[in-house]
Parts: sequence; C-alpha cells; structure tokens
Amino acid sequence: MSIYPPEDRIWWSKPVEKTEMLWVTIAFIWGLIMFFMMPYWHLTGNQNLSNEAYKITADSFAEKTEAFAKKYQVRVEGENDIPVVKPPAGSDIYMLGRLWDWWPILELEKGKSYRLHLSSLDYQHGFSLQPENINLQVHPGYDLVTTITPNSSGEFGVICNEFCGSGHHTMVGKIYVKDGK
Amino acid sequence: MTSPYRVCPDTGFKVDLAGEKLIKWNAVTAVVFLAIGGLLGLLVALTRWPEIHLLNADDFYMVLTAHGFVILLVWLIFFEMALLYFASSILLNVRLALPKLAWLGYWLMLVGCLITVVVVLQGNSNVMFTSYVPMMADPGFYLGIIIFAVGALCGCAVFFATLVVAKQEKTYEGSIPLVTFGAMTAAIIAVFTIASGAVILIPTLLWSLGFIAYIDPLMYKVIWWAMGHSSQQINVAAHIAVWYAIAAILFNAKPLSEKVSRFAFLMYILFLQLASAHHLLVEPALSSEWKIVNTSYLLYLAVMASMIHGLTVPGAIEAAQRKLGYTNGMFEWIRKAPWSNPVFSGMFISLVLFGVLGGITGVIMGQEQINIIVHNTLYVPGHFHGTVAAGTTLAFMAITYWLVPVLFRRELILPGWAKWQPYLFGLGVAGLSLAMMGAGTLGVSRRHWDITFADAAIKFDHPALAHLMMGINGVFGVIATIGGIMFVVVIVGSLLWGENRDEVSAAAPAPEAAPTPAPSAMSGHGSAGTMEVPGTFTFALIFLAVFVLYFFVNWKFLASTWGLS
Amino acid sequence: MNPQDQPAPSAEEGDIPFMQRLLDNHFLLLFLGVAIPTVVYIIWGIIEITAVPLAK
Repeated sequence: MSIYPPEDRIWWSKPVEKTEMLWVTIAFIWGLIMFFMMPYWHLTGNQNLSNEAYKITADSFAEKTEAFAKKYQVRVEGENDIPVVKPPAGSDIYMLGRLWDWWPILELEKGKSYRLHLSSLDYQHGFSLQPENINLQVHPGYDLVTTITPNSSGEFGVICNEFCGSGHHTMVGKIYVKDGK
Repeated sequence: MTSPYRVCPDTGFKVDLAGEKLIKWNAVTAVVFLAIGGLLGLLVALTRWPEIHLLNADDFYMVLTAHGFVILLVWLIFFEMALLYFASSILLNVRLALPKLAWLGYWLMLVGCLITVVVVLQGNSNVMFTSYVPMMADPGFYLGIIIFAVGALCGCAVFFATLVVAKQEKTYEGSIPLVTFGAMTAAIIAVFTIASGAVILIPTLLWSLGFIAYIDPLMYKVIWWAMGHSSQQINVAAHIAVWYAIAAILFNAKPLSEKVSRFAFLMYILFLQLASAHHLLVEPALSSEWKIVNTSYLLYLAVMASMIHGLTVPGAIEAAQRKLGYTNGMFEWIRKAPWSNPVFSGMFISLVLFGVLGGITGVIMGQEQINIIVHNTLYVPGHFHGTVAAGTTLAFMAITYWLVPVLFRRELILPGWAKWQPYLFGLGVAGLSLAMMGAGTLGVSRRHWDITFADAAIKFDHPALAHLMMGINGVFGVIATIGGIMFVVVIVGSLLWGENRDEVSAAAPAPEAAPTPAPSAMSGHGSAGTMEVPGTFTFALIFLAVFVLYFFVNWKFLASTWGLS
Repeated sequence: MNPQDQPAPSAEEGDIPFMQRLLDNHFLLLFLGVAIPTVVYIIWGIIEITAVPLAK
C-alpha cells in the first residue's frame, strides 16, 4: 500500500507489469513526438517567432515610431486624430504600446511581409491581434522584431491582454489589411 | 526520546499529538482561505458575466489580484503544510521534528498573507498576482509574500527534519511510503519555488521602497515564474500523493509498481519546474532553444510522469477491486466503486478533470508556437482552473472528508451534502474551465474588465459567441461556488458540531473506509504477466486519442493564421 | 512473493540497486531538484537576456 513502506526490500528489481510498461513506452514516444513538433515547425511552418530582439529606451523607440508614422502617414482617424500609416511592403514598421493605446494605426497589404517592431513606453502590454488571436508580449526596454505576413484582409483589432492598470480594458489599436492589386 | 501520541483506532498509526495539532491548524486555516478566495472568485465570474458586470473596473482588478493570491498561494500552501506533516509524521509513525519551527512557520505564513491581503484590499496594489514590474505595488504587498514564503520554508525544513528523525529512530524499514515520497517531491519543488520567490521579491521590495532604481522586466518575469509556476507544480505533486493515499485508504490499493511510480515522481523532481517557461514563450530576448527545452520539461519527461500517474492510480484501484471479486467485464471495478463516498468521488473526479482539462490543455498551449494563439487569453485561466480548482482543490477536498473523521475524530454533519458536493463542485469548475477555454479560443483576454471595450477610443468587439461563453462561465462559476460553500459548511460544521467519534464508540471504523488488513494479508503482486488492468488501459487509450486529436487540431488552427517569422 | 525477490533482511546494503539508493537519498534529490531548474531555466534564461544587443 502506498501509505506504508514498500513490502519488498529491493523493489527496484521487481519486474514491471506489461500493461504498465506498454503505457510508459507510449507516453515516452508521444512526448518525443510533441517535442520534435516544435523544431519541425521551425523548419517547415509559417508561424514562428524570430529570436530577434534589442534593448531600447522608451524615448528612442518613441522617436523611431514617430518618425515612421510621419513618413508614411496617409490620413488620421477618430476624435484623437490617430495617424493611419501605410508603409511599403518589406519595410520596418513600428507600433508602440502605452497607457492606454496602441499607436499608430497600420495599413498593410495582404500577402506582403513587414518587419514589425513592438515595444512599450511604460508597463508591460499584451499585443493581441483579433480576431486572428495572435498574441505577443510587449516589454518596456525591449524591441521585439517579428516579420508578419497577413494572409487575410479586413479590419483587425489590437487589444491589450496584459493587465496594465485601471484603463487596461480601454487599450485598443487597429490594423487594416487591404487586398493587393 | 518520546513525545505524547495516540494510536489511531481507524488506521493503527501512531499519531504524534504535536504534529496532529499542526496538521489541524494548517488544514483549518487553509479551508478558511479557500472560502474567502472562492467568494472573491465568484465576484470575478459575476463581473465577467456581461449581463451582470457586477463590480466597477478598479474593484474588479483589486478583487482579481486578491483571488489569485489567496487561492494560488494561501489556500494551497497552507493545506500542503498539513499534508507534509501528515505524510512525514503520521505515515512514518514518528514525532514531528522541530514543532516550534513548524509553529513559527505557521504564524509567519498567517501574518504574511494577512499583510498582503490587507494591502491589496486597500486598493493601491492592483497589480495582479504576478505583479509584473515596472507596475508597482505598495511595499507591504511584497513584504507579506516574502514573510509567507519564509513561513512555508520553515514547514519544508520541518518535513525534511522529520524524515531524518524517522530514519535515525528507525520508525520505518526500507524506503519511505510512496505517498511520503510524493509529498517529498512537493517539498523539493517548494524549496525551489520559495528560493526563487526570495531572489526576485526581495529586490522588488527594495525597489518599491526606493532603494533600487530599476528592475529589468524580463529578468523579473523569468525568476518570478520560477516561483509562480513552480508553486503550482507543488500542487500537482501534492495532489497526486493524495490520489495514491486515497486509493490506498479506500481500496487497500498497492501501486502497480513502486519502481515506476517513484521513477515518475523523480521525473517531477528533476524536470517539472522547467515548465515555468510556459509563461515566456512569446517574449522578446529568450531564444527558441531555451523556450523549447524548458517548455517541454526536457523531452516531455514530466508529462510522461503525469501520464504514468494517470494510469497507475486508477490501475491500482482496478487491481484492488478485481482482487475483491469485481472482475466482470472491463468496467465492473469502476461501476461498483463507492461513488457515494465523497472521498472516492472527489478523488476520481479530480483525477479525470485534471488529466483531461488541465493536463492536455497545459501541454498543448505550452508548445512554443501554439502559445502564440493562446498566450494571455482566457484560455490560460481555463487551463489552470482545470488543474488547480478541478485537480488540486477537489483532491484536497476529498482527503479532507477522510481527515475530519479520522484525525479530528468528528462525524461528518450533513452526509447528504457531502455525498453530492464533489459532483456539484466538479461540474462547476469543469464548466467554467471549458467556457473560459472557449472564450480564450475566440480571443477574449484574461484579466480584463470589459470585453465590449465601451470606453475605448477605437472600437472593437468580440463575436457574440464570446459573450455567450462569458455568461456560461458565470453560470458555472455560481455552481462551483455553491459546491464550494457546501464543502466549507460540511467541514466547518462537522468540526464545530459533529459528534465526537471517540465518545460515540471508541472502536467504530471510519465511515466507508476499508478495514486495514494485517500486513500478512497484503500479498505481493506486480510480477510481469500476473495482473492486468484492462479497464484502466482502455481509459488511458481514450485519453491518449483525445490528446493526440486535440494536439493536431491546434496545430491546424495555428497554420491558418498570419505568417510570422 | 517470489523468494528470489526477498533476500534475507540481514543482507548488506550493497545489493540495493543504484536507482533505489538514489531514490532513497532524499537530500541528493533535493539538491538535484533545485540545481537542475536553477541552471537550465534561471541561469540560462538570465544569460540570454543579458546577451540581447542594443538597438542601433
């Protein structure tokens, strides 16, 4: 019984019952399959995070994002005149998280790739692209670089899914994806 | 050296009175905090129910911070202290070593957690359980957790000291019992957990006091999760020890193989804590190599261990039942199990829900790339309500139904309530866990007050189905709360008003517990080919089929999203 | 119980298999259980974080 010491003095040498041994083997092999699925996807899959990241100050990231927005701004939207930025395909694009918005709004082209830089100016934020449900963690002091390739068009919400204070639930941004010609 | 003890009339164990008192105090304190934390959870569920939306935003974030802390640390670790003392002192027939240190630990834990709870309820520390820097709480928030952790470390020291005393005084022969080994696994993980907590929370306290200017948010997060996730791995090891204990107590079940079960616990000791990386799979700066090695507990060896326990616990019960003559077909042994005994039903529901709701989802969302479509959505709390609420909490409830008559010597009041309570609580937590996973799959964020984003400058709304899921979550939250209240009423009521069993009849056996056999009656089994557990193996294969299917469904799902590289 | 599985209680400790002795050595397990995650998870993780380059 499990609440008493083992009856056999040398229990390690006792043979294991065969159903149990079979299950241990199955569990081990299934574990290997799950493990190798991850490197396999790095080689063949289209959804992998790069390992590219940089240390960066909030000021420097804000500066870069503002310069980017100014360069490619096509219009403004909403009461707060949030710039809508349409960068060329293949370029470096920036979005910053802060209390409590994602800035600026991006306008991308379906099927084209962009190098997306994400960072925060204050607390941690959660970049959560909806309804795609792509979720990336955004840290202050770190620039996370991910190449994104939209495969669907329309209007996408960017919500914050890392708790960031009393206005957390008002933190929303937007990405438009247009069909290419 | 002798110390006062009594001999338990139900089990024959020599019960050290100093240890017994500590077990009682820790267990009762735990149940009180379960009641508090559970009610806080109800407020969370009712606020996230869109049609009710009970609390305002600030109160919601405050209550959620308190709910996480009180349940994930306070309730579970107090109960685990009781289990550690039980598994060492009582199961090894030895006096509890260093009872004064154990009391110091108890009071430190109590004072520490009260400090943190009070600070949170003052409303200036709505930082969530995780308290990610640079978001700052009042210093008392961190101080309370540190004091609590030091107290828990005292409890671990008492546990290991008791192992040493038992060995020196030769109160057992050979190896420690499997249940004690499982408890030791929990204690080892607890030491790592507490050490990590100290390493990160002490500087954070100094930072909130102004002595340190800066704490790197990523560094904080890596070390914090060595505490935050490992603390939940303490629960896993502890509740699996409880499963083995209940199988032994109710069925006289022997482990199918001491070797395999202990080896599985060894895999926990070595690798389970690596899964702290589950929270860091979409972070900058950590490489894929680090993520894959850690998130997989090194080749999923700890998952293999869990799958082993998932087979051997019901397998041991099946083998014991078959010996008693329940040999018809594959499943007579389980059909004729004592389903009206909450000790059994609670344990078995815990095992099933932990495996299916907590286990499968935890492993799958811990895949490096799958995590992209899961991270920080409500899927995550869906998963850990499957592990912590359905798995650990229900297992602890089940063993409490046994501890009250045996250790506290009280008859259970309201046996009808006790009989149905595990089903109701199990249904509630299973339902809310699934609803949260559904909502998370649809993109709903965790720790979020308003999924309509009514006050946001840019508009966004989740699909109607997500709102429905949050309503379902609320309904099952109410059911789980009723189940929780029933448990607290039965246990607290029994302690206060239950008949004293020693006065009623000194020799009455514990209700529905199997009589303890003489050691000679426990004939050995386990040699290859002598025993089969076809029913359990069938269950295991069904489990595996669900696991494999859901695994590839998630990869399919991931493959349809935007390209990321 | 097979007789060959149950040697006389007076037998020396030396015949106990390595793995059983490991599993009975609680403080060695404690050391391993703290050391492995400290190295594989914490130290490796911290090294990676400190190695992040500065943005240009």
